[in-house]
Amino acid sequence: MPAPIRLRELIRTIRTARTQAEEREMIQKECAAIRSSFREEDNTYRCRNVAKLLYMHMLGYPAHFGQLECLKLIASQKFTDKRIGYLGAMLLLDERQDVHLLMTNCIKNDLNHSTQYVQGLALCTLGCMGSSEMCRDLAGEVEKLLKTSNSYLRKKAALCAVHVIRKVPELMEMFLPATKNLLSEKNHGVLHTSVVLLTEMCERSPDMLAHFRKNEKLVPQLVRILKNLIMSGYSPEHDVSGISDPFLQVRILRLLRILGKSDDDSSEAMNDILAQVATNTETSKNVGNAILYETVLTIMDIKSESGLRVLAINILGRFLLNNDKNIRYVALTSLLKTVQTDHNAVQRHRSTIVDCLKDLDVSIKRRAMELSFALVNGNNVRGMMKELLYFLDSCDPEFKADCASGVFLAAEKYAPSKRWHIDTVMRVLTTAGSYVRDDSVPNLIQLITNSVEMHAYTVQRLYKALLDDISQQPLVQVASWCIGEYGDLLLSGQCEEEEPIQVTEDEVLDVLEGLLASNLSTPVTRGYSLTAIMKLSTRFSSVNRIKKVVSVYGSSIDVELQQRAVEYNALFKKYDHMRPALLERMPIMEKTATNGPSEIVQTNGEAEPSAVEAKHPPPVAQPANQANDLLDLLGGNDVVPVIQTSMPTKPASAGGELLDLLGDLSLSGPAPAPSVPSSQPPFLLDGLSSQPLFNDIAPAGIPPMIAYNKNGLKIDFTFERANPNPNVAVITIHATNSTESEMTEFVFQAAVPKTFQLQLLSPSSNVVPALNQGSVTQVIRVLNPQKQQLRMRIKLTYTHKGSPVQDLSEVNNFPPQSWQ
Amino acid sequence: MSSFQMQFMLLFSRQGKLRLQKWYVPLSDKEKKKITRELVQTVLARKPKMCSFLEWRDLKVVYKRYASLYFCCAVENQDNELITLEIIHRYVELLDKYFGSVCELDIIFNFEKAYFILDEFLLGGEAQETSKKNVLKAIEQADLLQEV
Repeated sequence: MPAPIRLRELIRTIRTARTQAEEREMIQKECAAIRSSFREEDNTYRCRNVAKLLYMHMLGYPAHFGQLECLKLIASQKFTDKRIGYLGAMLLLDERQDVHLLMTNCIKNDLNHSTQYVQGLALCTLGCMGSSEMCRDLAGEVEKLLKTSNSYLRKKAALCAVHVIRKVPELMEMFLPATKNLLSEKNHGVLHTSVVLLTEMCERSPDMLAHFRKNEKLVPQLVRILKNLIMSGYSPEHDVSGISDPFLQVRILRLLRILGKSDDDSSEAMNDILAQVATNTETSKNVGNAILYETVLTIMDIKSESGLRVLAINILGRFLLNNDKNIRYVALTSLLKTVQTDHNAVQRHRSTIVDCLKDLDVSIKRRAMELSFALVNGNNVRGMMKELLYFLDSCDPEFKADCASGVFLAAEKYAPSKRWHIDTVMRVLTTAGSYVRDDSVPNLIQLITNSVEMHAYTVQRLYKALLDDISQQPLVQVASWCIGEYGDLLLSGQCEEEEPIQVTEDEVLDVLEGLLASNLSTPVTRGYSLTAIMKLSTRFSSVNRIKKVVSVYGSSIDVELQQRAVEYNALFKKYDHMRPALLERMPIMEKTATNGPSEIVQTNGEAEPSAVEAKHPPPVAQPANQANDLLDLLGGNDVVPVIQTSMPTKPASAGGELLDLLGDLSLSGPAPAPSVPSSQPPFLLDGLSSQPLFNDIAPAGIPPMIAYNKNGLKIDFTFERANPNPNVAVITIHATNSTESEMTEFVFQAAVPKTFQLQLLSPSSNVVPALNQGSVTQVIRVLNPQKQQLRMRIKLTYTHKGSPVQDLSEVNNFPPQSWQ
Repeated sequence: MSSFQMQFMLLFSRQGKLRLQKWYVPLSDKEKKKITRELVQTVLARKPKMCSFLEWRDLKVVYKRYASLYFCCAVENQDNELITLEIIHRYVELLDKYFGSVCELDIIFNFEKAYFILDEFLLGGEAQETSKKNVLKAIEQADLLQEV
């Protein structure tokens, strides 16, 4: 059998391969040769073969069949074998393979070898890849070597101990005695590794930390060593660009940080040396800055006096101006960490930080952006926002979302005026509109709604933005919504803040219809547009045009759009009298929990149902008073006051039948329905909402009755049972007016005896048309668990021919079926 | 815990060929390959004007190019990146002294020596010797022990 080819020969050969396939072929051939050589248990060439295997492994080829061979090499007497064997073990074996445990015995022997370089190999391997079991088995050997006077071995043993502690923390105690005089060594290798070991111990165990602070008086020792390093003259062995052993200096500073943290005495003891290092370290090269950086980190973390802290921040400030981008990067990172605690000091460097927004490096830009946002306050918000908006314009897409969010947050907190706030929001939407987060849309809608005096200005600006660009969905959605709400202001040319726009109804409708038709619009956006068009039916006069649009979309493929269109169609056809009330201007929205009764919520396909829900809170105060009146009249204790919404908002589902037909379809509108953060009650598709409003479906045969008939006002009651709950009677009142004049501001109230519970839902409107031309309807739900005889006291108020009218009446003629 | 650990060091060429891989944390071969592939791609995509640090997964990567070789260290987030640059530089100096004006070919053909030198300089990801002279002396002595 010819001798296997040498390593370098193989490398040369493989490198001549011109294709991946050629290389693979060569590798396979050689692996086969190596395999047979292994099978023959050839001791002479095992080392050479394993070395070749390691090369091929680095190229990405499998080499696991060489694992056992590595172990054989480690066990060999030859140093060359051991060197390659241990290298192979570190590359091919790891603690996941059981095979690695076979190394333990070899390592143990080698730790006690007569040659220090063999001992070194063993320590290195154990310290790099020793598993917990191995560490447990060999910790004693390591500890022994930690106490040797041989500095070559001592330094390796120290780092090996660090690894043992990381793997098996409980073993930390056993190394404690050996650390006793580690720091009195002169050898820098030992000093460095000892500091690393002490650092590991102090970090892991508060007890150790306390011990080293108090008993060992570690801080003075470290201070002394550091001082010597700084003050001593040139030492060629450890010099790096004029600085003596920067590696050791940095590790000492780091250990000082841990010792000084939250400890006044320790912090004080190191104060001087920190100041000395901070002021005397040469800053022209990276190495000096590395030490300064570590010093700054230490100063910021311990209980340093304010002078020292300011010194540290100023070092960071100087770093920001350094030509070396690495230095600028670490400065920004550190400033970001300290901006909360040392806010004012960092503020002084604000302009430099803002300049870093223009840096070419992505990481630097990101940090500068984060830091800039952290520095925005009430005083500098205008200037800072200008810079940040400019940044938003030109930054990479990966930043835009975060930057946009940051701008919104800062604007919300520090906006100097509503106009500025809206302008800022507009700017973000137009420059980074596709990157804003989904919840921005409802948040902005809320902001706009609540800035009542800015409505005209806002809708005008949004309209103009739409004329320019309809591709950015969040912008388009907010704009659609606004035009739907405030389209009338757009027409009337009421804008105070800037030159009012001249626009016709048709032009506005063109824009909105354009959104509906455009490929650029997402389904969500289309939903917004359709609803906006619908809303304009009560603000514009081009109702026919709107009706046409709505009916066209009644057969849209998009189910969401179709449903809306169909419901809006229904609104035009059957429930036209409700339309004005339904599409009324939104009131101011509150961000906190609404206090309306949750069950009143019903869906009717309105685009922003949760926003509409928020309409309920305001009127609660008023009915309470009136309810009290009723209480008095019915003898106080008997009566449960009624919670009523006086605002004629949503009726019982206009699309009630649709709800049934379409079954499960979520009616809560499109995804970005303003999630007004609050405890919004969930939509309850309870039995009531699936009840048709009008008694089209024959109920369980309860006959209707006349509850009131006086002065031309007649109120009929019709009944049905709420489906899931037989104890609930659902009464619908129908108020008609036979006089020649209409009754306006019509309000119906009711009270029931205590054993009942009553709920009054929103009326269809508050105008009862004259000459029986229509009716006002309202739904009452009565819970009657004790099946008692139903009695009711009603109160009617309205304005007729200019005069207010009020009347009270008792209703006692309920048919037995309604309460039995 | 141990927020200062170096997790691994990789050396690779401008074509993305691996020249040395030293792992200080236990990972499967598959994981190592995946990490190597992704990180090499990320570093090679960096432009010259960018700084030597990048955030990658939950680690910080410190890298520097010397001629045709990228030296790449992954450290945990609390570390001092600037001193890591010095560590890398020290290793390059050691290689340079040992091989005499080291170039990529030296490391390709003598990869095992590159490992030996690294293992005399770092142990478990930490520097075990801060004197250039002492590291080189140890390697020299160990080389002498090698049987012919």
